[in-house]
Amino acid sequence: MGKPTRASFGEALVELGEKNKKIVALDADLSRSVKTAAFAEKFPERFFEIGIAESNMVGVAAGLALSGFIPFCASFAAFVAGRFETIRMSVAYCQANVKIVGTHCGLGIGEDGNSQMGLEDLSIMRSLPGMVVIQPVDHVETKQAVAFAVQHQGPVYLRLTRQDVEDVNPRDYSFQFGKGVVLKKGKDIVLFATGALVYHTLEAALSLEKEGINAEVINIHTLKPIDNDLVIQKAKEFKRIMTLEDHNIIGGLGSAVAEVLSENEPVKIKRIGVMDVFGESGSPDELYQKYGFDKEGIMKSIKAFMKS
Amino acid sequence: MLDFSFLKLILFTYTFNFGVPLMDKTIKESIKELAKKMRIKIIKMLYTAGSGHPGGSLSCVEILAYLFSQKIKRTRENAFDEDRHRFVLSKGHGVPAVYALFSEIGILKEEELYQLRKVGSPLQGHPDRVKFPYIEVSTGSLGQGLSVAIGMAMGAKLKNADYTIYCLCSDGELQQGQMWEALMAGPKFNLDNLIVFLDYNKIQLDGWVDRIMPVEPVKDKIASFNWELYEIDGHDLEQIDKVFSKMKRNNGKPKFIICHTIKGKGISFMENDVEWHGVAPKKEDAQKALEELEES
Repeated sequence: MGKPTRASFGEALVELGEKNKKIVALDADLSRSVKTAAFAEKFPERFFEIGIAESNMVGVAAGLALSGFIPFCASFAAFVAGRFETIRMSVAYCQANVKIVGTHCGLGIGEDGNSQMGLEDLSIMRSLPGMVVIQPVDHVETKQAVAFAVQHQGPVYLRLTRQDVEDVNPRDYSFQFGKGVVLKKGKDIVLFATGALVYHTLEAALSLEKEGINAEVINIHTLKPIDNDLVIQKAKEFKRIMTLEDHNIIGGLGSAVAEVLSENEPVKIKRIGVMDVFGESGSPDELYQKYGFDKEGIMKSIKAFMKS
Repeated sequence: MLDFSFLKLILFTYTFNFGVPLMDKTIKESIKELAKKMRIKIIKMLYTAGSGHPGGSLSCVEILAYLFSQKIKRTRENAFDEDRHRFVLSKGHGVPAVYALFSEIGILKEEELYQLRKVGSPLQGHPDRVKFPYIEVSTGSLGQGLSVAIGMAMGAKLKNADYTIYCLCSDGELQQGQMWEALMAGPKFNLDNLIVFLDYNKIQLDGWVDRIMPVEPVKDKIASFNWELYEIDGHDLEQIDKVFSKMKRNNGKPKFIICHTIKGKGISFMENDVEWHGVAPKKEDAQKALEELEES
């Protein structure tokens, strides 16, 4: 049984905070949602409640980073990435060692609806020079991605889910920064997926075996820098490439893959994502069904692409 | 109605002359000389660069000259010490004043100043801590520096370090929402190691602040946010000095000093003139300005 990646982040932060006294956490009145509450309880002197003021939270985090600390400032992806100008200047341009954590990403948050859904965060965070962008897929990967963020010198954006995600990696998994992970080998089509959609993509690929379609599934956890070599190598092996993400179709994984391939190995790409529309309320399952992000929806998209 | 205002005057005279020691004359003269040299370099730099912000660079010269010579005591050697005092120029467009100061204290060579705003120069049009590490924080997008300074003050507390964080803001910055988020946070975290200067020159790019978007009553606003508040003439070195003798370090309160200043201070035709916010002097004006400064 899986759990939300925000919960894995919260656990990791406490464990890492135990060992590394430079880790501090900042909150904008959402610590129980973004799961920094446990860190706050354990290390109250290293937890700063900034109130509902994300711009100031980001700026204060930059000041702490420039003083030698490793600040994690967490909020919903929509709210924290929305403070783009402060992130651009006080974090990225300053090369401040700030770890920005955006939870509640994508349609997968469900009932709260569009205002709380981070659907554009990958796009804007990817556009900042020096910003590392990571979307871990499951519990084990999230914990290691947080550990990576701590030891990486420079700004990092971590994108996490509100909803449970099933485990796709083995227990002895080892996170390799910037490297895509082949989860299932195939020969007919390669599917690059990220975040919550990886599991559904894997399910779809396994079901399609019975229908004679042999799809390869690759988890892209690091969106910036993207795994250029792997993407190019797979484009050479496969005639068809599909990308899948719970994010606006503009600026996320699909764009990153297209950027690499259009300049290096032009090949037909089908991008699956939120088709440049705002989100809406509904249960996560219903929304994934409506927007074609569940197993059936993905199978349908793959079959249509295979025929094209 | 009896008028007791004469009592205030007596009290003021008493405090001024006896309550607090007057600033040493030699020190005062040396800071005045430093300020004059900074103004000359600001004009020369902006003339050479062909663009930049004279008005707001000239209005903060005394504050910077006093701070760096008397309090921060920055040198090339101590610039990266762990326990150095930190200075954040939130009003990044005033950075020519900082560059001029740095050349006076041996951090920059004079010829390096004239690379301001040129391709490949560490002296960017607005401060860049990566290209020029003697700058603590990259600024220029207004309203952000105070938040970073607050983070630095929190960091110092967390480290049990006793250095001070100084932050210089502009009046126009008070129109930014993030400033008020930061002003709320300073007192919450008991940052008595943070001293904020407001370069209140009353003019912003498009015109007079009170017409663009009034920030008054500044004093009441900041005081009601629970800052330890002072109000002085930002060009009067004795008043700046006196404020420091009044401030208490360990009382849990961040300090905010409203410095009334004159935009374009020191050059008669630039003073209080909106046109000199963001336009560099051409040859003739630069010459006139330099002559006036030399004679002062």
